[in-house]
Amino acid sequence: MKFLLEIQSEEIPARMQAAAAEQLKTRFVDALKAAGLAHGAVTADATPRRLWLIADDVAAASEGSAEEVKGPAATAPAQAIDGFLKKTGLTRDQLEERETPKGIVLFAVMLREGRTAADILAEAVPQIVTGFAWPKSMRWGAASESTAALRWVRPLTGIVALLDDAVVPCSVHGLPSGRETRGHRVHAPDPISITSAASYADQLRAAHVLISSAERQQIIATRAAELAVAAGLALIPDQGLVAENAGLTEWPVPLLGRFDPDFLSVPREVIVLTMRTNQKYFALSDAAGALAPAFICVANLEATDGGAAIVNGNQRVLSARLSDARFFWEQDLAAVKANGLEGFLPKLSDIVFHEKLGTLADKVERVAALARWLCESGAVPADPGQAARAARLAKADLVSATVGEFPEVQGLIGRYLALAIGEDAAVADAIRDHYKPAGQGDDVPTAPVSVAVALADKLDTLVGFFAVANLPPTGSKDPFALRRAAIGALQLLASIKTGFRWLAVLGFSADLYRGQSMTAEQEAVVLDFMTDRFKVLWKDHSGRPDLVDAVRAVGVVDDFTLLTARVKALQAFVETEDGANLLAGYKRAANILKASEKDPPPAPPVGGKGEGSEAALADALDSALPQAQAAVADERFTDAMAALAALRGPVDGFFEAVMVNDPDPAIRARRLALLARFRDAVHGVADFSRIEG
Amino acid sequence: MSKPLSFQSMILALQSYWGAQGCVILQPYDLEVGAGTFHPATTLRSLGPDHWNACYVQPSRRPSDGRYGENPNRLQHYYQFQVILKPSPPDLIGLYLGSLDAIGIDRARHDIRFVEDDWESPTLGAWGLGWEVWCDGMEVSQFTYFQQVAGHDCAPVAGELTYGLERLAMYIQGVESIYDLAYNDAGVSYGDVFLKNEQQFSAYNFEAANTERLFQHFKDVSEECRALAARGLPLPAYDQAIKASHLFNLLNARGVISVAERQAYIGRVRDLVKAVADVWVEQVK
Repeated sequence: MKFLLEIQSEEIPARMQAAAAEQLKTRFVDALKAAGLAHGAVTADATPRRLWLIADDVAAASEGSAEEVKGPAATAPAQAIDGFLKKTGLTRDQLEERETPKGIVLFAVMLREGRTAADILAEAVPQIVTGFAWPKSMRWGAASESTAALRWVRPLTGIVALLDDAVVPCSVHGLPSGRETRGHRVHAPDPISITSAASYADQLRAAHVLISSAERQQIIATRAAELAVAAGLALIPDQGLVAENAGLTEWPVPLLGRFDPDFLSVPREVIVLTMRTNQKYFALSDAAGALAPAFICVANLEATDGGAAIVNGNQRVLSARLSDARFFWEQDLAAVKANGLEGFLPKLSDIVFHEKLGTLADKVERVAALARWLCESGAVPADPGQAARAARLAKADLVSATVGEFPEVQGLIGRYLALAIGEDAAVADAIRDHYKPAGQGDDVPTAPVSVAVALADKLDTLVGFFAVANLPPTGSKDPFALRRAAIGALQLLASIKTGFRWLAVLGFSADLYRGQSMTAEQEAVVLDFMTDRFKVLWKDHSGRPDLVDAVRAVGVVDDFTLLTARVKALQAFVETEDGANLLAGYKRAANILKASEKDPPPAPPVGGKGEGSEAALADALDSALPQAQAAVADERFTDAMAALAALRGPVDGFFEAVMVNDPDPAIRARRLALLARFRDAVHGVADFSRIEG
Repeated sequence: MSKPLSFQSMILALQSYWGAQGCVILQPYDLEVGAGTFHPATTLRSLGPDHWNACYVQPSRRPSDGRYGENPNRLQHYYQFQVILKPSPPDLIGLYLGSLDAIGIDRARHDIRFVEDDWESPTLGAWGLGWEVWCDGMEVSQFTYFQQVAGHDCAPVAGELTYGLERLAMYIQGVESIYDLAYNDAGVSYGDVFLKNEQQFSAYNFEAANTERLFQHFKDVSEECRALAARGLPLPAYDQAIKASHLFNLLNARGVISVAERQAYIGRVRDLVKAVADVWVEQVK
């Protein structure tokens, strides 16, 4: 049998529809599983005005089952037996008495008869609806006099529940199920009676409702592209916008509109943003890839005039919005032409960055000094003057009219304004890029001036919140996005590949906060936080966060380029056969040493190196140890690994031929000491105990 | 299509439509407010168990939005048409669409859309869920199911509709500037009626208002509000809270309230509204 559930409501927010359909499916499948009712494929989806689900091959009834519950002994006190009867809902004579090794014990055998699908579904539907979890839900109507009223995302207006062609009768907070639904508001305003679960999709299609969100999306994407091509243009693809428009329409009809080409003097990003965010329009480009003065909107009906009035209305709305945008942009252009970007800077003193960290103007001064320092100290190969200038101007656009209206284009507008008044391109790019990377997956700037400013900005934020404001992230709370700042800083460091001593810069950065200094403890906290973020990055990069722990355990590393080199060398090594075997040997040695701590040899070790494999390992250590130490000291990690690799054969040979726990305690002590030397030699390079596998 | 409705005819059509739905047709509240929601017929009447259906035009003042009459889309004084239905009736969307028909919007040629927009008023301590209603991509109404007002759960929930009258009229009449709207069918434009007001009030809001006195007024009305609430007179007390809100808006337009202070002032107004509503709820339950 085929089952249909449709939950009608007033317009469901587009962004919630996909997750709601998924939840409906999960709740339905769980409910049927709990009831033991078999079913085939389940499809769930949504339109703005309904969530729906169709289950194929629903069994006519659930299988019967028997459940046995063991109770107290037959001789147990009456109280215990009564309790058991209460729990099971049976009477004393319904209990079975069974012989067990512990005497006669009472058992409740509860037979559950199979139930019909209609019964099970009639019970499941109200549970699914009342248990549903929306990101935000509400009460409505007369029922809302009680705060215990049914909550839904918007007023729930009807429920269709059909098993093949029969209504599954149930009721949710007084609302009965039925077969009546609604079609398109304009094209099919009258109620529709659904004949059967199988005819649902076709009946709604006839009523101008496409119940499949995938089909609506496909129509939007295809038709929008066709309209663009017919106009000699190309659609700028935007899957998010396709999905959003599919969530706003039951019968999507893309339409092409145009705007006055004069508006193209406004930065492209602002135009696209206002079209996309405010109006949900698709942007188009011309053959050369430039933004075209046209858009595609998606209407929810086939208008009687072919959409002319709708296009006209949308064109007027966009024109008003673009007039506003152009007004702001021209105002900003005039302002920078008269006073430069510096003209905006005094207003930054009115914006509080954080109450404990001063205004944005204060931050800008600190970041400029820090960016200069990063260049002068050689950490970033950019011109110090350029970096400082870019840093000083980087936040100027925050008080521009355009960014005031369109906050998302911060940085971008600063760059356009900088270029318009002839600022150096490297400075302009740094203004745009200094917020980057704004998260994993975002572009990481590589132009030196941009790197200097972006890094200085993030460093200043980290030092400020950790050391000055004392507001590190706690648990899952990171209100100042310090994790993101740290990850961004690390990605920037990776891109410049120059040794950068974190500890050296922390003190300088703190000093910029009106002569604050950092305690060694604070420095360690920041460094630890950074190293933890490094571990996250490395985990995403190679899946081996354990290697970062192995390296950091050996000693504090405040140069992440160096840390990267060490981790890379270690990873390359443990992935070789030598490395894997040495790791195995190390673990064996470490286990033996650990066990020996509980049972230390009573005698001091005898002298000498022993013989055969034991002597060979001692010799190998004599030669490898200084090599590894020297390589580590010179930061030649691949060489250090090579020195360790030379131990693999002797270690294997030792474990093959030598019994560590010799009956003679003095010999045992000598062998344990040898293993300890081996372990310590390895630890000079990395703490292998932290390596997994 | 017949001749589009003038500004005043559109208002009459909306009043007549909602009056026929059982709404009390109120006249505007006689105090300066920032939006139709501030009218006690919405704010206070949305609290408590009594059923209540009303509609009214409310002149709304947003001092910071003044543009000296030079911007075709922005005004410091404009009109909202407000409908409040408590409890929200079944198929409120259908009723709303009927009102669009009543003012001559042909829904077979125009694209009406309900786009998620959850409403929140920090000053009123209120929130609700709903939509902004789009007609061919333009927002023409706010549609909200009130869930809480002044920190109290709404039981029952009211449905609130707010039409931006100038914008709607510009759309219906197809004009590009508010000032070009036909106010009536006898040749009077919106500009004829209101241009001078915009010019003079922009100058008042941004330049001339005496901020020292406004701060003093804010203190005075706050004290009066609390005193009246304490005497069990929530309606007069609420008037004082409304005044506090408008005084804050004026001070804000004059640029004498810093970003940091802004939140504190909004909090003070919210506390006044809350104090009033606590008394109101107690009296009407």
